[in-house]
Amino acid sequence: MKKYTNTGNKDTRSGFGAGLQELGNENENVVALCADLTGSLKMNAFADEHPERFFQVGIAEANMMGIAAGMTIGGKIPFTGTFANFSTGRVYDQIRQSIAYSGKNVKICASHAGLTLGEDGATHQILEDIGLMKMLPHMLVINPCDYNQTKAATKAIATHEGPVYLRFGRPSVANFTPADGAGFTIGKADVLTEGSDVTIIATGHLVWEAIQAAEVLEAQGISVEVINMHTIKPLDEAAILASVGKTGCVVTAEEHNRHGGLGESIAQVLTTKNPAPQEFVAVNDSFGESGKPAQLMEKYGLNTEAIEAAVKKVMGRK
Amino acid sequence: MSAQDLHAVVSQVRRDIVRMVHAVNSGHPGGSLGCTEFLVALYFEQMNHNAKSFSMNGVGEDLFFLSNGHISPVIYSVLARAGYFPVEELATFRKINTRLQGHPTTHDNLPGIRIASGSLGQGMSVAIGAAEAKKLNKDSSLVYTLHGDGELQEGQIWEAAMYASAKKVDNLICTVDVNEKQIDGSTDEVLAMGSLHAKFEAFGWHVLSIEKGNDLNAILAALAEAKAATGQSKPICILMHTEMGNGVDFMMGTHKWHGVAPNDEQLASALAQNAETLGDY
Repeated sequence: MKKYTNTGNKDTRSGFGAGLQELGNENENVVALCADLTGSLKMNAFADEHPERFFQVGIAEANMMGIAAGMTIGGKIPFTGTFANFSTGRVYDQIRQSIAYSGKNVKICASHAGLTLGEDGATHQILEDIGLMKMLPHMLVINPCDYNQTKAATKAIATHEGPVYLRFGRPSVANFTPADGAGFTIGKADVLTEGSDVTIIATGHLVWEAIQAAEVLEAQGISVEVINMHTIKPLDEAAILASVGKTGCVVTAEEHNRHGGLGESIAQVLTTKNPAPQEFVAVNDSFGESGKPAQLMEKYGLNTEAIEAAVKKVMGRK
Repeated sequence: MSAQDLHAVVSQVRRDIVRMVHAVNSGHPGGSLGCTEFLVALYFEQMNHNAKSFSMNGVGEDLFFLSNGHISPVIYSVLARAGYFPVEELATFRKINTRLQGHPTTHDNLPGIRIASGSLGQGMSVAIGAAEAKKLNKDSSLVYTLHGDGELQEGQIWEAAMYASAKKVDNLICTVDVNEKQIDGSTDEVLAMGSLHAKFEAFGWHVLSIEKGNDLNAILAALAEAKAATGQSKPICILMHTEMGNGVDFMMGTHKWHGVAPNDEQLASALAQNAETLGDY
């Protein structure tokens, strides 16, 4: 099994900040908007280097989404920055009408997604955002797995014409994908390990957990194919069907409600094209709570051990 | 354009509005008629715009955003009469496969429309974004909006109003159609808003009023005054007092024609009150 090395824990939001900083220097049409969370979103470098293209809108996310939509009229490429909760549910209608339905080239960049936000608790731990965003026609949904990939994704979405939801997080996590962003192409699944007994398809912070689980399972004689599905929409159906066609079963893993997430999208592909047993590693239709990220991931069944258990269960259903 | 010519356009646009909503027995004639003079003044006199070759980015052109999208009949008629698309297309309003959706959209590439509207309260934010983009592009042209007064009950309007003055968005002229009516009754009955003049002033805007919002000369004078006030660090608000349903006697003085179409007899009466000046579609 191919091995992956953590080059040092880093937060994905800093990958966004680094990508945005580079974009600022490379593309004068890139503008950034923030709703009073510049430091949390790691947008300081862009704001410092390009103050004329940085728009502090205050605590007014609905207005921010509308302004971003308007800036595209004039050729700008706006990147909005706030927490995932305030990037989606709070402003759903603004995104729906002024951005998605209007086909505007806005990049909605959302940090602190999911349980790993930690101590702030359920008001801020959105676990429904992937579902909200994937339901919108024309919206791309991307959830990169580490610092390097978040930086690569931030740069890549600037070249895509149309609205994008880019989801990342707060905690420092393993950084293991190539520093040059190799392996990241919008809409193309990244097969990390090849295997024959089971497929694990993970997104975001759960990708590293899936790799860890695969190593444990490999030692037990189970051949695991791990796929990093950083792009949830459009979904790489060919990669799913090719892998599950080979292994015959799949575990999906995500830091999101099981309703509306990646697993549900994959189930739709499989039920219509090639039905196969599937188990969901996801939050079971509940809100989160305060706690340390690792404690929350354990309590809500989103870690390596949960993936291992799901693999055993799904293989028993083949 | 001469005053006589502008009045001729107004008369034809009124005919278009009532014929469009009658044909599909749906749509919003009251607010459309109330803002007919304003939109004719804007598109046929005030704005520098290019109807013949529409570009989404509109660089070097004045831009208009309709925030209260339900008065789509009037914007469709004015755009068509200004040359953005063939007037014959007005016959497709609200019908299957039309570009003239019930509420305006960019989705079907209708020339002249730059944002979808319908869900209220979003247009001021969008206009601010377009105005900020113009500043970045060193484009000295202006951005205009139109809002309903009932629409000001949406919170996003006041987020936008606060931003526009704080950030000195002074290439923006927002007009509010103050007809004092909304679906469930008068604005005072539904949710009284107090003094809009005082509110916008308190938010840091330069505020103008048009007491006779269906008088072309009064509208043109206010628009000229507003334009002269741009570039002075403040966004500009025009409170335009209109008569809902203006130009069709039985639609005036009531909120009941907000979203109701006339029947055959009522259509005949409405058309008899407004001469065909430019040719019906």
